[in-house]
Amino acid sequence: MAGSGTAHLRAPDAALLRVENLVVEYPSSRGARVHAVTDVSFDVLPGETLGLVGESGCGKSTTGKAVIQMPPPTAGKVLFDGIDLAATRGEELRKVRPRLQMIFQDPISSLNPRRRVRDIVAEPLVIWDEGSTDDRRKRVVEVLESVGLDPDASLNKRPHEFSGGQCQRICVARALVMDPKLIICDEPVSALDVSVQAQIINLLEDMKARYGLTLVFIAHDLAVVKNISDRIAVMYLGKLCEVGSPDAIYSSPAHHYTTALLDAIPEPDPTQRGREVPHLEGELPSPLDPPSGCRFRTRCPRAEEYCAQAEPELREVAPGQFVACHFPLVGTPVDVPATRADSAPIPAV
Amino acid sequence: MSTTTNGSGADTSTEQGALLDLIDDQKTAGPLLEVKDLKTYFDLEAGAVRAVDGVSFNLDRGKTLGVVGESGSGKTVLSRSIMGLVIAANVLRQGSVLYDGQELVGQNPKRLRRLWGREMAMVFQDPMTSLNPVVKIGRQLTEGLTKNLDMSKREAKELAIAGLRSVGIPSPERRFDEYPHQLSGGMRQRVGIAIALACGPKLLFADEPTTALDVTVQAQILDLLQQQQRERFMAMILVTHDLGVVANRADEIAVMYAGQVVEKAPAADLFAAVRMPYTEALLNSIPRLTDPSHTRLRAIGGRPPDLIHPPKGCRFSPRCPYAQDKCREEMPPLIEETPGHQFRCWFPVDVSVTVPTPAERPAVDHDAGSGRLDEPALKQTILEPPARKDD
Repeated sequence: MAGSGTAHLRAPDAALLRVENLVVEYPSSRGARVHAVTDVSFDVLPGETLGLVGESGCGKSTTGKAVIQMPPPTAGKVLFDGIDLAATRGEELRKVRPRLQMIFQDPISSLNPRRRVRDIVAEPLVIWDEGSTDDRRKRVVEVLESVGLDPDASLNKRPHEFSGGQCQRICVARALVMDPKLIICDEPVSALDVSVQAQIINLLEDMKARYGLTLVFIAHDLAVVKNISDRIAVMYLGKLCEVGSPDAIYSSPAHHYTTALLDAIPEPDPTQRGREVPHLEGELPSPLDPPSGCRFRTRCPRAEEYCAQAEPELREVAPGQFVACHFPLVGTPVDVPATRADSAPIPAV
Repeated sequence: MSTTTNGSGADTSTEQGALLDLIDDQKTAGPLLEVKDLKTYFDLEAGAVRAVDGVSFNLDRGKTLGVVGESGSGKTVLSRSIMGLVIAANVLRQGSVLYDGQELVGQNPKRLRRLWGREMAMVFQDPMTSLNPVVKIGRQLTEGLTKNLDMSKREAKELAIAGLRSVGIPSPERRFDEYPHQLSGGMRQRVGIAIALACGPKLLFADEPTTALDVTVQAQILDLLQQQQRERFMAMILVTHDLGVVANRADEIAVMYAGQVVEKAPAADLFAAVRMPYTEALLNSIPRLTDPSHTRLRAIGGRPPDLIHPPKGCRFSPRCPYAQDKCREEMPPLIEETPGHQFRCWFPVDVSVTVPTPAERPAVDHDAGSGRLDEPALKQTILEPPARKDD
């Protein structure tokens, strides 16, 4: 189940980022189209961390990239600070970019191996011609210190001389150097060991508090996302399934897919040995030809015929918890019309 | 009297003598694998890298050993060294590896090769790179069957398709003629498992088999490994950096740090009473679903030491929150306080004393070399005056 709808959006002027009906499609061979993201809406308030979670191929990274217009979405609005980025091009868009940064999954391959740390971190300042050479150096030293690297020891080194965790710190420093408002973190800890993962999550929390950042945190591990987020949006095959607070999503997940994601997390507790949780079977269907109606129905334990006919829309099932499912685990199921009506609208929220 | 294919009856003398002279099937007592003081050093220009530095353990038939540690702790080299995959001119491999009573260290590669696939096999971390991209899946699967088990092409194909089906690959007949890039990551790892299991090994090494995969697919792959292991009564060494992965799936867990086993215990004992501060720190760094969001994670500061010049004394001491002078001077021995539970620490985490630390140290220093816990141990067990346990 995955659906559209905007019931979960908050007041337009309250949000720093408001994405409305985002669609990203790519052409594929023989005229087919990859429906990477279909009609996704979400918003992020200033100072909030939105966790975007889902399996590989669910469109979460594509969503993140569409926000920074790399590449721009096929349709939809991306309102950042009141400006619709999707309708902005060229110099105007370029001017917004310093306030909008991104951190990538693989810290080592996202740093140029031939350049020294001082140049990597200072590059945004050079591009924007900020301050004198001296000012720039001071600024670089300052951000390196704040991300927990010793500037004297690291300024003249190249990325290969650092571990994966340290490289990720350099990436964070580079993102911070322009003093951005919003950082999109695309699986920033997936390539790291658990011990280093904890360091980077703590660092992001510290940086958020120190620089007043707003984060969009993309990951596939719900435990990580729960730890860092103020609000979680669960994605499946290019659509949103569920939006809500981390605690609500953990204690009373409303969507069957959310439950499956939660069950898949290995708990470090051997007393659970032998407890056979039925794990989600099968794989994500092809985004070339997504299932009709609810996109999760092919793997959903609760799916009925109605799920194939009508697409569920996001609706509020508990205060602040929104789900796109006809038969959610929380709240009341929708009234299934007795007669088949293909284009019948879903009952209002 | 039933005669099984393995010839359990004494009168059915081994037809495939050449195959079975290596392994005495009668001897089903005793551990399948005995590793004693195994060392694997890589001789580089800068010095010898002590990737595995004196590791010992036993593994029984049909059991699972979980090997846990950070990147660079030597866990991958350990499994490769046991299998004999790291033999090269600049590799020093010492100690003893008894597989079914047979010494593997110093064995010539030709004889080792007869064990690979048939007796022991490995599932690699990255299913994208461990499969040959220009060879069809079918050929990669049947290679072992035709070469090791002298099967005809047709027999091998039948068995390979059955193998693909048993690892949960839909329409295996079609997949047999496809290339790796036509499969998703999870499916590719299933193929990797099918290849490893093709010749019916008794010991399977799974080297971070799920690290490159999504959580949902990870659960599927781990379930599959467990199910195959039960069906085949196969022993498994499951290597991972995530204690959560092995908690429910290993009989015994060995925690590695800087080339050494620093704690080893049956899974339930380990989680009930962690003694080594490193294990405790690893456990604490995992984000828990049961904690409210924004719970500060207790990361381990710094990173694993340089294995060319490991620290004097306890190798974890530069990062250990409980380290004393003694830890920095003398290497603690691996001691066994309760049966089966070994650890390497002068001042182990005491399970009986729980003193919440009152003072909250500022957690500012993230410096890689500083070697402190990110966050002071808040509700952690702490030894007051460090009392040595043994002797």
